[in-house]
Amino acid sequence: MSSEIVLFDAPGPKARRRHAILTVVGVVVALALVWLVVRKMGEANQLEGYMWAPFVNDPEVWTQYLLPGLWGTAKAAALSVVFAGIFGIVFGMARLSSNRWISIPAGVVVEFFRSVPVLIMMVFAYFGYFATSDLVSAQTAPLAAVVLALTLYNGSVIAELVRSGVFSLPKGQSEAGLSIGLLPGQTLRSIQLPQALTAMLPALVGQLVVVLKDSALGVVITYPELLNAAKTLGSAYANTVPAYLVAALIFIAINYLLTRLARAVEGWLKRRGGSHRAAGAPDAEITDLEVGSGVGTGGGR
Amino acid sequence: MGDILSKYDIFGAFWVTIQLSVLSAIGALVLGTIVAILRVSPVRILRLLGTSYVNVFRNTPLTLLMVFSILGLSFILGINLSQDLSRNAYLWAVVVLSVYHAAFVCEALRSGVNTVPAGQAEAARAIGLTFGQSLREVLLPQAFRGAVAPLGSVLIALIKNTTVAAVILGTSEAAGLLAKITENEGASLPTFFLFALGFVILTLPFGILFTHLSQRLAVKR
Repeated sequence: MSSEIVLFDAPGPKARRRHAILTVVGVVVALALVWLVVRKMGEANQLEGYMWAPFVNDPEVWTQYLLPGLWGTAKAAALSVVFAGIFGIVFGMARLSSNRWISIPAGVVVEFFRSVPVLIMMVFAYFGYFATSDLVSAQTAPLAAVVLALTLYNGSVIAELVRSGVFSLPKGQSEAGLSIGLLPGQTLRSIQLPQALTAMLPALVGQLVVVLKDSALGVVITYPELLNAAKTLGSAYANTVPAYLVAALIFIAINYLLTRLARAVEGWLKRRGGSHRAAGAPDAEITDLEVGSGVGTGGGR
Repeated sequence: MGDILSKYDIFGAFWVTIQLSVLSAIGALVLGTIVAILRVSPVRILRLLGTSYVNVFRNTPLTLLMVFSILGLSFILGINLSQDLSRNAYLWAVVVLSVYHAAFVCEALRSGVNTVPAGQAEAARAIGLTFGQSLREVLLPQAFRGAVAPLGSVLIALIKNTTVAAVILGTSEAAGLLAKITENEGASLPTFFLFALGFVILTLPFGILFTHLSQRLAVKR
């Protein structure tokens, strides 16, 4: 349902005139903003050809800086998502366990890592352990810290998704499992979890956007990802502003596509029907916020 | 532990976190409301402006925006918010946090509007309420209630995301200070838990409050 249907009547002649005026105002404001940006950049000589030319005619910009940076980002994100998925399923199931000695500690762990900022975990893991001990080589230390921090945070978020996904299933599913003689653990594993995981697929893809964006925090601990690459590129070619803008565009393009993918998966699941409603979060509007949101949630729910 | 507390200004760092949170929360709420109004307006071009804002800022890493504000906007384009260097970084941090989270505030408000079934608007029109009346008496009260829970998530995320300002504020802020302490004094789990506890204390009450509010205010359908 679009918000327009709810909020507005079909426009009459007066409203149409008002809309036409607002359209003109909107265009003027947009153009003024563009003009302001162009003028500011022009004043600081950021629009000169030599600043932007390397992106087109110097392959080294891509092969030496941006692509390796992108590879660093992709590597960290991929590793984190895999580990976070495992962490999330394990802790999500542990939280659903009927044994209090398992469910309560799992709950504490999940709530703790959800409410501690990723950067706090990252700098502590890096400066405290990976950079100083020989757990990992000096080269992989930043990667290890980035992946660890992203895994703990996003794993906890996924654990919550698993839990709310299982909760949003109709009660009959677990009752049917129990009544044919399955143990509670078996019911969870072979009946509830597969349905919950399918239903939370869109939210999982959306979480990938969060991971990708948060991997840019690696710049603080000198992990060579895309933002770091843009930084060094900017100082090597003396074109800091264009370098950052290009990096931002790459991030926006990838994340936008991932968000669209999440929507597509959601639509596909709905069309496929069968299972009741797309869950992950019990209400569709919250899924809408969390798909590709990247604010993360956290807090004591 | 004791000498770390006396040697470093941990409470000062958290005070900066609180200041950043409060100022950016206000900024994000104001800006996000404006963008949300654009996004649900009946005028196509205004909707397009709102949508582009959300797509750009929601998909850019906050870290990139932070770094760009100082290295790009301030140093190269010469847009300074204050003559004093550290004050400038502080103000830019507030601006960037506001601008980034405004995109999420907008989405939270819009999702609130979307919780209102179309039948409510149709019913309001059918009993002869004017456009203004139906917005005031029927639609917006319900929309606001639907937006409480997602707005709470955004506020909590904002508090945690103030740590990203460490990339331009250095050690005056919690994450930057923890990095420095850990680098100088070695890994100390009590210090880590102290910082973690600080954020739990800052975010947990809001989590409970907003969950409580959203349940109390929920519209039964």
